[in-house]
Amino acid sequence: MYESNGEKYFVVDAHMHYWSAGPDNWVPGAEKYAEGWIKCFHAYQGLGPPETHWSLEHFETYSEDDLMKDVFEDGHVDMAIFQPTYLKEWYKEGFNTTERNALMGEKHPGKFIYNTRFDPRDGDEGLAELKRNVERFGSIGCKLYTAEWNNGSRGYKLSDPAAYRFLEAAQNLGIKNVHVHKGPTIWPLDKDAFDVADVDHAATDFPDLNFIVEHVGLPRIEDFCFMATQEPNVYAGLAVVIGGLMHARPKFFAKVMGELLFWVGEDKILFGSDYGIWEPKWQVEGFVNWEMPDDSELADYPRLGVAGKKKIMGLNAASLYDIKVPDEFQLPASAGVPGAQEVLGEPVAGA
Amino acid sequence: MSAPAFAASQERLLAALETVRDPELDEPITSLGFVASCTVSADGDAEVRLRLPTYFCAPNFAYLMVADAYDVVSALPGVRLTTVVLEDHFASDVINDGVAAHAGFVQSFDGEAVAELDGLRADFLRKAVMAGTDQVCRPLLAAGKDSAALLAMTLGEVPPSRGLSRLRERRAELGLPAGDDAPLLIDPLTGLAVAADALPLHMRRAQVTRISIEANGGICRGMLRHRYDTPGQGETPLSRTPEEDQ
Repeated sequence: MYESNGEKYFVVDAHMHYWSAGPDNWVPGAEKYAEGWIKCFHAYQGLGPPETHWSLEHFETYSEDDLMKDVFEDGHVDMAIFQPTYLKEWYKEGFNTTERNALMGEKHPGKFIYNTRFDPRDGDEGLAELKRNVERFGSIGCKLYTAEWNNGSRGYKLSDPAAYRFLEAAQNLGIKNVHVHKGPTIWPLDKDAFDVADVDHAATDFPDLNFIVEHVGLPRIEDFCFMATQEPNVYAGLAVVIGGLMHARPKFFAKVMGELLFWVGEDKILFGSDYGIWEPKWQVEGFVNWEMPDDSELADYPRLGVAGKKKIMGLNAASLYDIKVPDEFQLPASAGVPGAQEVLGEPVAGA
Repeated sequence: MSAPAFAASQERLLAALETVRDPELDEPITSLGFVASCTVSADGDAEVRLRLPTYFCAPNFAYLMVADAYDVVSALPGVRLTTVVLEDHFASDVINDGVAAHAGFVQSFDGEAVAELDGLRADFLRKAVMAGTDQVCRPLLAAGKDSAALLAMTLGEVPPSRGLSRLRERRAELGLPAGDDAPLLIDPLTGLAVAADALPLHMRRAQVTRISIEANGGICRGMLRHRYDTPGQGETPLSRTPEEDQ
């Protein structure tokens, strides 16, 4: 919970991690990739305020106690959603698996939601694993990292037939929310790996699933925004936008927020800290107290008020994940339906 | 003391590298800080070392930058041998060896690619045209033109600016109309003039494309600075990047 100017915000961190990235977890022969990955993440942290930077060593292996303090005690978060990333070709036990998250989370009941993942290239075995994870961890969301390296393949598209098979299975198992995270590689490598056209196809063909595009499609914000206006079940995950821009490039942050409010709308944007890349504390405080600067260049953008901030900070994610929010944080009915499937401004019949 | 007129110099190398752009950010690799060093020996052996914001920057764009750098440097008068080295990247070896051998992208990434990168490059040139459209139109709108008036304008009627020259160059590269009598607003895929009913969406897309590219550029510069604490050859300091220009 965060309180500012007499307003109380229920905070759902819809995108965070508990990884293990120290050298003892690097796969022999793939050390350079494991090291390159975590150093790349660490460089992202460099875009946050200097007083929130960690040493590389701490960054690789932050502890359970660190997480509980940074996210809940200091970070104002009420509920956090673990988003796993496996990367087993580089990390022996995986970078950040569903199981690792849940083993930690089980000690702190009521604090975490465990999303799982799948990789369509894993075939029948992958389907069986998905089923086991959903049953064991109660997952209703999954995180897909399309650039993951798997057996010589450098990535996949959501529109691949194998991916459709998994999406169908996931839906039958009760998965509601699919978080899509694009990365720098894909098969074939001559294509733009960050292209979100495949999400567009999948969102059309699976209207009962919600697709949350993480880091709002960055570096393809423009394609994401255009796609999101047409697909009622496509949402924006704000991870990286706040962490990477709000402190380092405040004017770009204002413009990107303005574009998201224009194209996607405040009912369909979800806060995510991307912890341990960035601590939630400065992001929550900074965002809740942020105002669109008074600048003629920004004059045409929709304004973001208290109701919009409450939705983005937690109510939208709470709606997608059936999180019970105490009455004191709720909005009046006139503020619209947080998290509703809609094409901007037009609720979808029956949704 | 002074080199013969035909001899390659570091200045000429750098000037040549200024014409090589990051295809995603539509900015020279020099001003972005991607040129770690460029040297040329008395015998005309040139060596360029490039660096990128992350170890995992997309390999297709990285390949284009290395190959383009190789092409412009090796075309310089007085250059005998050209070596371009991409440092600290997961695919450094494949890219460096592939470019040196003139192997092309498909052969360099054996079995992992099915086409050369012309299609990718054209896709991003079209984005640059959209972003450039916003850059050129924004001052016109600020000066009191309404957007409907822009529909009737030709490139020749727009006051000259660096942004306009850049827009014309990108359109010409795509084979799109770029002369004085060409419409200011065109669809970057077909080259046809934008229709009145498509105007509002066209302008919004131009704007979001520009913001997306510039925001990415901001993140890339921040990441590069975190990774390397020395400025690149010909790098534009952060304080003079687009955000502060406006």
